Amino acid sequence: MAKKEYSFYPGCSSERKASASNYMVSVESMCKTLDVKLNEIPDWNCCGASIGYAEGGELPRHAMNARNIALSEKHNPGQNIVATCAACWLGTKETHERLSGSAQLLADTKEALKEAGLDMDYKGDVEIRHMVEVLIEDFGYEELAKPVVKPLEGIKIAGYVGCQTNRPFGVAGESFENPKYLDKLTEIMGAEPVEKYDQKVTCCGGALAFSEPDKSQAQIKKIIESAYDFGAEMIVTPCPVCQMNVEVYQDQINKKYGTKFHIPVMYYSQLMAVAYGGTAREAGLNGNIVRATRLEEIAARPAKK
Amino acid sequence: MSERNNAMVEKYRNDFLKEVEANVEEGPWVKMCMQCGVCSGSCPFGPYWEHPPQEIFMMIRAGKRDEVLKSESMWMCTSCYNCIVRCPRELPITHIMHGLANYAHRLGIAPKMNPTRRFAKLFWQNIMKGGRVNELKLSVGLYFMDGFANGVKKGLAMLPVGIGMFKTGRLNPLGLLGGGKCKGAGDIHKMVKKAQEIENRRKGFAS
Repeated sequence: MAKKEYSFYPGCSSERKASASNYMVSVESMCKTLDVKLNEIPDWNCCGASIGYAEGGELPRHAMNARNIALSEKHNPGQNIVATCAACWLGTKETHERLSGSAQLLADTKEALKEAGLDMDYKGDVEIRHMVEVLIEDFGYEELAKPVVKPLEGIKIAGYVGCQTNRPFGVAGESFENPKYLDKLTEIMGAEPVEKYDQKVTCCGGALAFSEPDKSQAQIKKIIESAYDFGAEMIVTPCPVCQMNVEVYQDQINKKYGTKFHIPVMYYSQLMAVAYGGTAREAGLNGNIVRATRLEEIAARPAKK
Repeated sequence: MSERNNAMVEKYRNDFLKEVEANVEEGPWVKMCMQCGVCSGSCPFGPYWEHPPQEIFMMIRAGKRDEVLKSESMWMCTSCYNCIVRCPRELPITHIMHGLANYAHRLGIAPKMNPTRRFAKLFWQNIMKGGRVNELKLSVGLYFMDGFANGVKKGLAMLPVGIGMFKTGRLNPLGLLGGGKCKGAGDIHKMVKKAQEIENRRKGFAS
């Protein structure tokens, strides 16, 4: 397959030494195998995330996202924007939609962009896509299975899709209530998905894990408990906030509820990087607080083919 | 701030629905609610809402201005978008809840001590510094929101999580000194200031 190229919006959590830096490491490895070139948008800024609305309001938030789109159109012309973070994707796509639907909002946003010297660069002529869309739509499951050299045999994995990669936009052809793409990805990597994982689209609390920890941890408990009930050894997710919330509070939940949670929470790209023959380091496995020892073992083994 | 609130009360008198339609993000959708309650039943934090979305919509029509705007309810939204995708009338409920919270906050009548309101403010200030999130400053800022002693207590409780993040290379201790900065931070400040000016003008806020 020919090289594919995209304009890339990594987002704050993917920066070096940030909370999802290991997501980025594994995405790089996965993209190398798939011959995908990611052209980072120069000097991109924060999307405002899901909590930015309260102080930021509407227009400042749209201006922030429009700046990224304008920078992308200026420096990576003709390339669609790809985000790995659910919130980055949602925020950028939402702004793009709103500006396409309202001449007034577009004019106001451009007036603000002028202050950043970018009013002429916003055309809105691009698509805003999530990395999983690129995988499913531009490659397809069959193509994604080809580079697998270390199938993740015998590992049972609960596919936790969460909220913002799934709603309100979602992935074409998938339902909001029971999306199946994560299970399919898990399966073609050679692992066994938990098909009836009932908490696959339950909210982890999102940003409110900071401000309302007790309420959020009650949600996280449901998400982990169900994975255990189905005999899963690990959880996989496409979202940096889901990953962090479900992984890092396990000890606090154990203290509060007397549970004994200790389950790795991985990114789909980490599973893929290992299955594609990457080392533990290339798959960012050293970035997980709850270590995925089964994956580390497979990564250390020689490849099958 | 409360002057802003008085001005709006004066302007709209007893027509709270009209006020919401004119000033709240996606406000014109409120009248479309048919009171089925699917949103309230779908919300992950549903049980914690003083008035769930369905009720909020009816209260707006009933002119319960103070009860709505001073409520903690909208601050329970986790932005999961369940209500949006399930609403049979396709109301953008998440955005309306965000819009109501933002409106109450700007009028200065949102609940002062609500933790999500305070965290959201901290978050926006954090990203406005350099254009990107500085995660360490954001967390530390959150712990120390209620003074030094409380901050130390909360910081210590969160220390094991922080150490875990640090050991796995997912937290930068130097973040306290800087980081999260775009080259165009100055441009971003000017751009956001302009956007705020325009929005204030459109929504009839004096400043």
